[in-house]
Amino acid sequence: MRRYIATRIVTAVLVVFAVSVVSFLLTFLTGDPAEIMLPPGATAVQIAQFRAEWGFDDPLTVQYWRFLRRAVQGDFGVSLRHGQSSLPLIAARLPATLQLTVTAMLLAIVLAVPLGVVAATHRGRAMDLVAMGVALLGQSVPNFWLAIMMILLFAVSWGVLPTSGRGEWTHVVMPATAIAINLMALLTRLVRTAVIEVLSEDYVRTARGKGLRELLVVMRHAVPNALIPLVTVVGLQFGYILGGAVVIETIFTWPGVGLFTIQAILNRDYPVVQASVFILATAVVLINLVVDLLYVWLDPRIRLA
Amino acid sequence: MRALAGKSPLVTVGAVIVGLVCVAALGAPLLATSDPIDQDLTVVLKPPFWWDEGSLRHPLGTDHLGRDVYSRLVYGAQISLTISVLAALLGAMVGVVAGLVAGYLGGRVDAIIMRVVDLNLAFPLILLALAVVAILGPSLRNLVIVMSITTWMIYARVLRGLSLALREREFVQAVRALGAHDIRIVARHVLPNVLPPILVIWTLEVARVILMESALSFLGLGVPPPTPTWGRMLAEGRDYLTVAGWIAVFPGLAILVTVLGINLLGDGLRDLLDPRLRRQT
Repeated sequence: MRRYIATRIVTAVLVVFAVSVVSFLLTFLTGDPAEIMLPPGATAVQIAQFRAEWGFDDPLTVQYWRFLRRAVQGDFGVSLRHGQSSLPLIAARLPATLQLTVTAMLLAIVLAVPLGVVAATHRGRAMDLVAMGVALLGQSVPNFWLAIMMILLFAVSWGVLPTSGRGEWTHVVMPATAIAINLMALLTRLVRTAVIEVLSEDYVRTARGKGLRELLVVMRHAVPNALIPLVTVVGLQFGYILGGAVVIETIFTWPGVGLFTIQAILNRDYPVVQASVFILATAVVLINLVVDLLYVWLDPRIRLA
Repeated sequence: MRALAGKSPLVTVGAVIVGLVCVAALGAPLLATSDPIDQDLTVVLKPPFWWDEGSLRHPLGTDHLGRDVYSRLVYGAQISLTISVLAALLGAMVGVVAGLVAGYLGGRVDAIIMRVVDLNLAFPLILLALAVVAILGPSLRNLVIVMSITTWMIYARVLRGLSLALREREFVQAVRALGAHDIRIVARHVLPNVLPPILVIWTLEVARVILMESALSFLGLGVPPPTPTWGRMLAEGRDYLTVAGWIAVFPGLAILVTVLGINLLGDGLRDLLDPRLRRQT
């Protein structure tokens, strides 16, 4: 067990290291970072000056080493647009993104679990078909389109929810729903499959044999066990949720990392892009690590092995 | 196909939708009622034909530049399908080879390939795609390459597991005992056995890539104008939401219906070909 945890942590560290290499190499995709960072009309002299100033003339390994050394100290360079260090700019926007993603995840779970359980316990009947229909639609709908349609309905037509910004709880409703929808669909199907599987286990038959009411059998014996795999999937989907937040934040001008990064990408503000890609990817790695460790703790078959 | 249709009417629905979208994409020049790029400022923001001011000349209305929404949708299908089918193919090729090699050879090669998969999965894919497209420039070729980077990992993971199991099976051991070369064993004996799951994953990944490509296009990093794409049509329609909602409604519906159709077909294929995949996809 201890060995498993150690291996898992070492792997996570290696992946974070590789993440740093990829974030670093992003600006070298076209060969010359100076070319993509400067505006299109820059003269050869300006480019040469910029290269010297930013150290782009050094060998790649020297540059990477410098990038890594600074990154470890939280220094990802100065934003070309804001003239400030990138990291604090991103850190200031992280809470907004976390609020949005965590709300979306909770929303997805709260909707998916009952829907999946009902579908599983009513297998093949109307309730199941409705639940699966909802899941199928949720899986296929483009979340940015759903966001726009919600704006059209709830903000433009009915005027009950605000179209943009952050502050009141009403601001969270539409963006969180838009992000949650795809995950909700995935989780509903997963819960349904897991519950169906667990319902045929021996211990469920034993519980029924004891004469327990069906509701109790499902709620006490089947569902808790069926939900264990959910932990891993929710963890694995975190990167996907963050991706969804990037798109949805721009629609609702939600002041988070996603909106900020998109603006940085469109403004060719690469120090910010690098920092943001590195930080978000590292967050995904850490969350997956926590989820794996949580899984060990949740599932006695692994914990005691 | 008949076995598939017999199993569930939903699969038939999926197949019909996918068929119609393919017809739209291939027959776009014949099906379009006007040039999708042609601007006509005398008919801007005309509503669909069932509205009072609408006419059958522009069945689904026109946008802010007087371009025909229906014709743009039909041509948009071309772009969406081309990118997603090609990207899913490229991703499948890379992922299948990586997964087969990892599973069949095992050891250090396996460890390295699977770490690269972990690494790729760690990035919020749409963010990575956005950054790479922004740097390389949005062209059809670049989009296909970038999208394939977001899809190869799932093949690698599934195929690694499958080939790991197949390697130990008797018929593979037997061919090896006969002195067959590794490449021959994998190509002739392992690969044919893993084709059904590849086909299933491929179908579902095409749907996912369509969603991602339209998101990129929506954010302004898709195939550049004037080529009509569903994502950009939606983005343009957003600015006219209050006065001409149809500009944003129809491309979104097109994406929804297409992805729904492919998912229905993919689910049906999975149930028919390889029920074991249920848990993994």
